[in-house]
Amino acid sequence: MPDGAQPVLDVRDLNTVFQTRGGEVHAVNHVSFDLKKGELLGVVGESGSGKSVTMMSLIGLLPSPPAEVRRGEVLFDGRDLLKMDADSLRDIRGARIGFVFQDPMTSLNPVFTVGFQLREPLMRHMGMNKRQANARAVELLELVGIPDAKQRLKDYPHQFSGGMRQRVMIAIALACDPEVLIADEPTTALDVTIQAQILELVKELRHKLGMAIVWITHDLGVIAGIADRVMVMYGGQVVEQAPVRELFKNPQHPYTAALLETIPHVRGDRAERLKVIEGQPPILGAIPTACPFRHRCPVAFDRCKQENPARMPVGDGHDAACFYDLAKGEPRDA
Amino acid sequence: MLNYTIRRLMFTIPVLLFISFIIFLLLDLAPNDPTGNLPMTIPPEVREKIRESLGLGQPIHVRYFKWCVQFFVNEPLNIIDQMFGTCTWGCEDRLRVQSWATRSPVVDLIVERMPQTLWVVGMSYVVGILIAIPIGVISAYRQYSWFDQAGTFVSMVGFSVPTFFTGVLMIVIFSVMIPTDSWFWFPSIYDTTHKVTDLASFGFQIRQMAMPVFVLALYNAAQISRFMRASMLDNLNQDYVRTARAKGMRERVVLLVHVLRNSLIPVVTVIALGVPQVFGGAIITEQVFKVNGLGQLLIIGIQGADIPLVQTLTFIFAVLIVLFNLIADILYGILDPRIRYD
Repeated sequence: MPDGAQPVLDVRDLNTVFQTRGGEVHAVNHVSFDLKKGELLGVVGESGSGKSVTMMSLIGLLPSPPAEVRRGEVLFDGRDLLKMDADSLRDIRGARIGFVFQDPMTSLNPVFTVGFQLREPLMRHMGMNKRQANARAVELLELVGIPDAKQRLKDYPHQFSGGMRQRVMIAIALACDPEVLIADEPTTALDVTIQAQILELVKELRHKLGMAIVWITHDLGVIAGIADRVMVMYGGQVVEQAPVRELFKNPQHPYTAALLETIPHVRGDRAERLKVIEGQPPILGAIPTACPFRHRCPVAFDRCKQENPARMPVGDGHDAACFYDLAKGEPRDA
Repeated sequence: MLNYTIRRLMFTIPVLLFISFIIFLLLDLAPNDPTGNLPMTIPPEVREKIRESLGLGQPIHVRYFKWCVQFFVNEPLNIIDQMFGTCTWGCEDRLRVQSWATRSPVVDLIVERMPQTLWVVGMSYVVGILIAIPIGVISAYRQYSWFDQAGTFVSMVGFSVPTFFTGVLMIVIFSVMIPTDSWFWFPSIYDTTHKVTDLASFGFQIRQMAMPVFVLALYNAAQISRFMRASMLDNLNQDYVRTARAKGMRERVVLLVHVLRNSLIPVVTVIALGVPQVFGGAIITEQVFKVNGLGQLLIIGIQGADIPLVQTLTFIFAVLIVLFNLIADILYGILDPRIRYD
């Protein structure tokens, strides 16, 4: 990991709200993070923790209404993406920030050929004509390891397998050499062997092309394999952030610790039941004024009900939003 | 695809034969009398003679067979003769399907009536589609906006108010209440003898078509725009739309290329399935505006117990329905690459 490099993406105090029939839902609260050049940032959290919504908020992909990015700054190349007009944002989307989504089966348009869908961003952002775009599309398909690329451009998405379609999605995301790639659970819908192939592909492409990647997942195993740094989200906020080895070795937030506990071990007692975190994640009708994890937290104490802890540094490049020091087994000094 | 089409066409032959037989049986069961409209002074024995001369004395299978020969063999041969000026086998005394009421060949009657129906009803279908698709697209894209609400209201009206009401309403407003010399006056009766020779007569043709076309277009547009809207809404929430946006495509491209192309698949099918109704003529609307098209011909035939006319016309509608079902299926296969027929 290139240490101390310039951040390409700097998110500060992001807040996203959904208007629903039952009132407002505060899906993302005070989220701040940065992404350095060439870095792979893993974002973990259970469903509904605000991982995807955070990333979609950055670049205006949330349907509005019901979603509304209420506050925050997203600095990309010295400009605030949230203040940009729709047209300039479109020029960045797909060109300098690429996306890969969860379900490759539905993410491609079924009635257009893969070639058409690959050419689109090339012609839109790079000013290529059809022939140039076609040549580049062949290169891209070869880059993501699709054999017989030239022929396959004429094929429709349904003629590809799930793993191949995800490769196509990655090719589309990489079409214009983006500086940032946001991958929203790209391997969740794939079976394990294909998942491993896609992970290998991303690792390889990352070194070849040198872009920064945000990898959203709820699979800690995947994170351990590829990430440089990990951000753990819970209840719409970042609860812990650390370099990957540090996080796995020395989790400082009880939620992270509990998450790590849930990973089943291959060795050991067979009769052992899978560990779970009891309870449900919260649905936030308002910006929380207390720790959102307190109901499920084994070490919660009085202060957790009165204040929502901010992230505080707990080690080298490591911060956590918790009043309790897990290592010492006592509350931190305020 | 070609194989599939040929296979389907082969399959339609027994289907259509069966349909024609059912129509024949049903018409035979109908309690009507082709001599019923003749003067009361004609004595029953003479009526019986007339019926016999029409072939009604023969058993039903013989009559059905004769109709089949007339329709499937003699009529096509006659068309060939007329087109190429030839005289194929038996052209001197070939028996065509004859209308009992007018004593003229049914096919000639249909050819006579076809242009009016195609102009008025066909035009209303085209106008309806052209109005409905943009309305459906915008209504879906701006769901629950005032435009969508207004569209929903107009569709409800078009759907639920029958054409014999809107038609008469239009006549009352535009032909009766508005003075004849006003520009807003429209003729309530469609004049078939009117010939378009110059700009003024073309203008009159447009004016006399305006009301029936409007009434029918409202009805067609109401149906198709609802369908279009639903189909667009289905597709707008699909993942591939998000992908297109994530690629930085302009909203216009996202909507009119990615979403519309997908949404049109079921709509085109529905439009194709609706075409036979155009040929069938909007029977009621044709009556209201006195358009002497196919719908009116059918009504007259039914009223006069003109069995060969009704039989032939109904059968032609059946052929069109079967044919356009096939066309809809083929269109589906062309528009949706996921559908394969081999």
